[in-house]
Amino acid sequence: MLKLNVNGKVHPVDVEPNMPLLWVLRDHLGLLGAKYGCGVGACGACTVHVNGEPVRSCTLTAAAAVGKKVVTIEGLGAKGLHRLQEAWIEHEVPQCGYCQTGMIMSAAALLEKKPKPSDADIDQAMTNLCRCGTYTRVREAIHAVAARPASGAAAKKVQG
Amino acid sequence: MTIHRREFLKASLALGGAFSLEFSFPLSGMAAVGKPPVEVNAWVVIHPDDRVVVRIARSEMGQGTYTALAQLVAEELDCDWGKVSSEFASPNEHIRRNRIWGSMSTGGSQGVRSSQDYVRKAGAAARLMLVNAAAARWNVPAAECAAERGVVTHAPSKRSLRYGELAAEAAKLEPPKNVVLRDPKDWKIAGKPMHRFDIPDKVMGKPVFGVDVVLPGMLHASIAQCPVFGGKLKGVDSSVAEKMRGVKKVVRAADFVAVVADSWWRADEALQELKIEWDVGANGAASTDSIMAMLRDGLADPKLPQARKTGDADAALAAAARVVEAEYSSPYINHATMEPQTCTAWFKPDGFLEVWTSTQNGEASMATAAETAGLPLEKVEVHKMMLGGGFGRRGGPQDYVRQGVLIARALPGTPVKLMWSRAEDMQHGYYRPASVVRMKAGLDATGKVTAFRAGIACPSILALLRPEAIDKGIDFTAVRTLSDMPYAIPNQQVDYAMRNGHVPVGFWRAPGLQNGYYRECFIDEVAFAAGQDPLDFRLSMLKPGDKNRLVLEAVAKAANWGGALPAGVHRGLAVSDGFGSYTAMVAEVSVTAAGELKAHRLVLAIDSGYVVNPDTCRAQAEGNIAFMLGATMYQENRVKDGRVVESNFHDFRLLDISQMPKVETVLVPTGGFWGGHGEPGALCVAPALCNAIFAATGKRIRSLPLKHHDLRKA
Repeated sequence: MLKLNVNGKVHPVDVEPNMPLLWVLRDHLGLLGAKYGCGVGACGACTVHVNGEPVRSCTLTAAAAVGKKVVTIEGLGAKGLHRLQEAWIEHEVPQCGYCQTGMIMSAAALLEKKPKPSDADIDQAMTNLCRCGTYTRVREAIHAVAARPASGAAAKKVQG
Repeated sequence: MTIHRREFLKASLALGGAFSLEFSFPLSGMAAVGKPPVEVNAWVVIHPDDRVVVRIARSEMGQGTYTALAQLVAEELDCDWGKVSSEFASPNEHIRRNRIWGSMSTGGSQGVRSSQDYVRKAGAAARLMLVNAAAARWNVPAAECAAERGVVTHAPSKRSLRYGELAAEAAKLEPPKNVVLRDPKDWKIAGKPMHRFDIPDKVMGKPVFGVDVVLPGMLHASIAQCPVFGGKLKGVDSSVAEKMRGVKKVVRAADFVAVVADSWWRADEALQELKIEWDVGANGAASTDSIMAMLRDGLADPKLPQARKTGDADAALAAAARVVEAEYSSPYINHATMEPQTCTAWFKPDGFLEVWTSTQNGEASMATAAETAGLPLEKVEVHKMMLGGGFGRRGGPQDYVRQGVLIARALPGTPVKLMWSRAEDMQHGYYRPASVVRMKAGLDATGKVTAFRAGIACPSILALLRPEAIDKGIDFTAVRTLSDMPYAIPNQQVDYAMRNGHVPVGFWRAPGLQNGYYRECFIDEVAFAAGQDPLDFRLSMLKPGDKNRLVLEAVAKAANWGGALPAGVHRGLAVSDGFGSYTAMVAEVSVTAAGELKAHRLVLAIDSGYVVNPDTCRAQAEGNIAFMLGATMYQENRVKDGRVVESNFHDFRLLDISQMPKVETVLVPTGGFWGGHGEPGALCVAPALCNAIFAATGKRIRSLPLKHHDLRKA
C-alpha cells in the first residue's frame, strides 16, 4: 500500500510501485482532470504539480511520488477558480479542451516562479502540445494574469 | 461583456450538471430541483424559473457549435441569454421521435450552416407559442402582445408574464406553420462573442470527455489491432497476460485482441505481454515508395475520368507561347486527436446497450453499436461526450465503437471503457490521403493563361466511407479546388485517377485541401513565369464580384501587400474557397542562412456570409493555422512493411507555442449565404507559407512536409 499526498489529502493506494501517477490519479483516485495524451511525457496533457514542479504524470511512477505533495487541476482551484482558470474562461482559451488542464498546470507553475514571464519564458515553460492550436490565447491569458495584481482567495498559492 | 461573463459563470457553476454523466436516459434537466421543465418544442426546454435549455444535435469538439446553435435559438426565442444552457439531444430519442433533430453529423463545417434554418425556426416557433399562451391567458389578441428577453408583455393593460410561467401552456398549443426569422442585422444574441458554455467545465478538469466516463464496476480495455491494415488475428498466447494483476479477460476478435483489466494501465501492461500472431494478408510488403509508384502509375492511365472539361486544354496548351508544368505531392497524415479513440459500452441486464463515446455523429455511433450488438436501434443509447479533438476522425469511421461493443459483449453486465494507446491511434487512423498531382498551364504571348490541365492521383475517401457518393468515377473530395477553380481560364481539363491502396483514408479537416496547396503554389509559379505580381495575377483572373476576389482584396489591404517589410521577411499569398466560405491569406516568413524557417505573421480574411459568434470564428482561424503549420512543416505518416512507421508525437510533431505566429483574422461577412468556420481557415495555410518561402529563398516547395527540404538559399 502506497501513501500519496494528493491535493492536500493523504490517500492510501493499493497499486504497483511502477504504475504511473497518471493512472493512479485517473483510475484509482477518480481524479480525471489530468489526461492521457501520449504516455511518454511528450504532450503534457497529464501535467500535475509535484512539490510545486510541473511534472508529466504519465512517466512518473507512483513510488516516486510517495512523500511528495501532488496537486492536480482539481486541487489548483480548490477554493474557487484559480486566476489562470478565470483568465482561461475570459480569453476563451480552450477549443476541444483536452490538453488544457495540463496547460493550466504548466502555466501555474511558471507564474509561481516568474510572476511576470516574458514571451521567451512562456516558450520555454509551456512545452505542452495542443492539437487544436490554442497557443495564441494560452500566451494572452498568461500575460493577462501576470499583468493583474494578485488578489483574493482564488489567487492564493494552493500547492505546497 | 464583463457583466454577461459574471452572470454566465455564476449560472454555469450553479447549474453544474450540464455535462455531468447521466446514468439513465437524459430527460432535459429533469435532475434539477423543483417543478419539472417543459419541452415547448424539441429544441426548446423551459424551466419554471425561466432557465432555457437548448437541445443540440451536433457534436462539440472545440469548434463552438454547442454554443453557437444555442445563440441562434435564443435569438429567435428572445430570451435572457444569461439563463440559457445547452444539452445534447439523445440519439435514441432522436430515432424514436422520427429523427426530429435533423442531422447529428458534425463535419464539413456544417454544424451551424446546415442547421441554422431549422434551429432558428424552432426558436421563433417557441416564441410565438409563448406569446399565444399569454394572449389566451389574458384573453387579448396575440397581436397586442410582444415578447422580449424572456417576458411576454401586453402593453395596453400593462400586464406581463415570464416564459417560465407560460411554458406549460405554450407547449400544449399547435406549433405555428410559418414563422418569420429576424434579419441578422437586428441580432442581439447571435452575431455576438458570447462565451462558450463548455469552457468552464473544461478548465476545471470536469469529466466531460469520452475517456472520463466512470460507471459502477467499470473495467478498462487496451487494444492491439493488426499492424498491417486489413490483416487478421491468427492466434494469441495470453498465458502470461492473464495472470497479471487486475486482468479480467482477454478478448479475441477477427482483427484485434484486447485486454480487459481493472485499470487502463494494467490492461495495457498485460497487452504488451501477449504473444500475438497476425495474418497480415496481401499488404505486408507495401511501402510509401510502392504507394507513390501506384499513384504515379495512375497518372499514366490514358483513360481517366474527367472531373472537369471546359474548352480544349490540350489544343490550347499546344498553341501556347509558353507552358509551365510541375508535379506536386503530399503524404498521408493522421488526425492525431489529443484524446485517443475511446468507447465505453455496457450490456445491461435488461437487454439494453448503453454506449458513451466521443463522436462526431451520435446517430452513426448508435447504428454501429446496434449493428455490432445485433440489437434494434431502440435498444441502444449513445451518450455523446465532449470530443478531445475530432478533425474528421470520429464521424464516418466508427471503428472504435464497433470494438468497444465487441469487447463489452464478452463481459455482459459489466461496463467496459476502451481507450486506444497513442501508438494504436497513430497507426490505425483514417489518414488524409497521400496524393500526386501534375499540372500544366499554357500562357499566351501577353502572359494570359489560356489553358490549365491537371491529373490527380489520390486514394478515394468516399470509396471507403461513402461509396454511394462517387459520381462517374469521381470522388469530389479528391478533385475539388482544382476541378472548380474560380479563375477565368478558357480551357481546363482535370483528370482523376482513383488509386486506393490499403491504407484507410478519411475526412481529415478540410478534406481535399491539399489541392489548394497544389493549385495556389502552381498559380504562383505561373504568375512568376508571366512576370506578374501574385496578387495582380490572381485578381486578373477573377471576375468582378467574385467573393474570392473580395477576400483577396481584404487580405491584401490588411497585410499591406506590396508594402515594406522588416529586413529578411517575405510574403506569400493564397486564396481558396471551401466549406461554404471564402478565404485568402498572406503569410510573412523569414528563412535564416542555415535554412531555419520562421512564420512571423499570418493574416486571414474570411467571408462566411454571416458570423454567429465572432470570437469562436477567430479561435477557429487561429486553430486552423496552428493545425496546418504543424502539418505543413512536419507531419506525414510513412508506410513500411504495410504498416505506419510513426508511433507518437516524437516522430509526428505538432506545432508548439514557440512556433505560433501572430495571427490576424479579418472577418468580412457579406451576407446572403451561410459558410463554415471549422475548416476554411485551414485552406490557404500551406500554399501561403510555401509561396512566402519561395519569396524568401527562390525555392519552390512541391512536396510536403517541409522538414525534408533544405531551405538554405540556392
